[in-house]
Amino acid sequence: MYKYDEYDQQMVDARVAEFADQVKRRLAGEITEDQFKPLRLMNGLYLQLHAYMLRVAVPYGTLESRQMRMLAHIARKYDRDYGHFTTRQNIQYNWIKLEDAPAILADLASVEMHAIQTSGNCIRNISSDQWAGAAADELTDPRPWAELLRQWSSFHPEFSYLPRKFKIAVIAAEEDRAAMRLHDIGIQIVEKDGVHGAAFYVGGGMGRTPMIAPLIKDFVPLDDLLSYTEACLRVYNRYGRRDNIYKARIKILIHELGADEYRRQVEEEFAHVKSLGIDPPKAEFDRIAAQFAMPPLDASAPDAIDRGDPDFAVWVDQNVAAHKVAGHAIVNISLKPLGGIPGDASSAQIDLMADLAERYSHDELRVTHAQNIVLPHVRKADLFAIWQALDAAGLATPNLDLISDIIACPGLDYCSLANARSIPVAQKIAQRFADPARQRDLGELKLKISGCINACGHHHAGHIGILGVDRKGTENYQLLLGGSGAEDVSLGTITGPGFDEDGIVDAIERVTDKYLAERADGERFVDTYRRVGMAPFKEAIYG
Amino acid sequence: MVEHLQADGEEPCVTLDAFLDQSNATAVRLESDEDARALIPFLDRLKLIEVAFPKFRDGRGYSSGRILREAGFTGELRAQGDVLVDQIAYLKRCGFDSFAPEKTLNPADVEAALSRWPEHYQGAADGAVPIWKLRHG
Repeated sequence: MYKYDEYDQQMVDARVAEFADQVKRRLAGEITEDQFKPLRLMNGLYLQLHAYMLRVAVPYGTLESRQMRMLAHIARKYDRDYGHFTTRQNIQYNWIKLEDAPAILADLASVEMHAIQTSGNCIRNISSDQWAGAAADELTDPRPWAELLRQWSSFHPEFSYLPRKFKIAVIAAEEDRAAMRLHDIGIQIVEKDGVHGAAFYVGGGMGRTPMIAPLIKDFVPLDDLLSYTEACLRVYNRYGRRDNIYKARIKILIHELGADEYRRQVEEEFAHVKSLGIDPPKAEFDRIAAQFAMPPLDASAPDAIDRGDPDFAVWVDQNVAAHKVAGHAIVNISLKPLGGIPGDASSAQIDLMADLAERYSHDELRVTHAQNIVLPHVRKADLFAIWQALDAAGLATPNLDLISDIIACPGLDYCSLANARSIPVAQKIAQRFADPARQRDLGELKLKISGCINACGHHHAGHIGILGVDRKGTENYQLLLGGSGAEDVSLGTITGPGFDEDGIVDAIERVTDKYLAERADGERFVDTYRRVGMAPFKEAIYG
Repeated sequence: MVEHLQADGEEPCVTLDAFLDQSNATAVRLESDEDARALIPFLDRLKLIEVAFPKFRDGRGYSSGRILREAGFTGELRAQGDVLVDQIAYLKRCGFDSFAPEKTLNPADVEAALSRWPEHYQGAADGAVPIWKLRHG
């Protein structure tokens, strides 16, 4: 875990002081809401339908127990006793009072956390693989690079008024658990001739014009990581469109220029930027990387798991993943209980997860872009005790990557941009497929729901995606099939006319029935869809 | 040295097009969509470059400022337009050393904004030593 030094701490402390002053001026009426808006947005404070929403950054989704407990404390003291984990590995609080915001930021700063750049047209929280540092399949831990980028991007003077928001993800495994190619910049740490470098994919994104990022450079030497990123951003800041908010993301610039021309401009800029000396020396990377060292795991931890309890065995099979060290495992805690709100956790649940991390996972937790929580470094021998504690708290739903492990945005229940509600649809789908055996039979099926075209619920990247729209004043839901945010990245295709709230649930059932009828051995839903195409599904849905 | 007001009696800025046509002017104004690099051959005899910020959200001028300083411009670099107190520190880091805001700024607020951040994570055009360098000497 990265620990702040005096410099890091002084940055967040200065920010708290600055925002406290801005809020004071706003509450005293010295500045208008119009003038205050960009300032509060720079601190993650949105004005939603019913209240202020505060989005807290969880850099690359990594937390230690005391930070997790602070998230519970904030939920308890300043909100309605719960928080909502988001698709950017952050947490949002939906019922915040403006006058409390400075105190919340001060509480966060006391545990090396902040809400800096969680909104606004700037470089947002850097996301990463939630299994980083633990995954059996990774080349290296990507988080030191993410931390280097976090520091470089924090209060970047040139890139704080970009044409539009800017999202960066860093991974270091072939399996993409961070939807890397659906980011403005997706970086994959790769190896060539025994040396690590960075593959840069630039210009991906969701929203109303979804695009998969093209490969801009297959191998950037890691000594050049920041200057190459800076060159990518400078070309965008200068030439990204500012005439139309819907065409302002970097994906549109690259689409209009073409990847080759964008690459040429970046290379030209990079040749100049590299001469400025903005890349830190290797000693700085080493300083950061040392703090992400593998915790002292138990070398003699037994590999066997007592699967005597059948419910426990089901949970192990579904929610526990391979760790790179023998005798250990990665625990995925589902925040998708039957009938619950995807990504929500009560302060008591957040505290419990913090306790489990402290006791069993070397004090570490992760937030996933699928709105779940991970205990990354667990002894297999402790799995049963962890499962029992989770089960007692309603946190042992064995549905990771199954149809009820739904990503959903807050939707019209909270969000001022939404056209339709997402949460009730997620709840109805989970109820329809409540039978755990039926879910397991359907296998990996990533279902993602957005309540408007901005696509915060990643509907384009769902094996099954749902998009809520406003159709003549009533909520209507479009159905998409065949998307993926993983290494087999693809964008979903709309099936045809939309449905009402109950109709969309029926339509999904017709789709899954069709899949069961069509699937060949070993095929996931998305594999069958890719093999047979849309037509049979369309016929099943619309007759 | 930071000035907050336009000095009296200075030579008015010409547009970039006019400057490129009749290049004896020593003060030029760069609109936010104009290429700062067009001025690079002439930096030696320019005393003032005024960069337009038509809206505070339009951040192209930050790149223009850095590009001009990175190319060795040592004259006055002025940010003009929708320049608010909360942008001043970033502008200064991008090489701006004078400000002509459309709406007058409170000098106390400006001083507070400029002294808020003792150090910076990244190198820019203000000569500040980035934190990583402070860490490693």
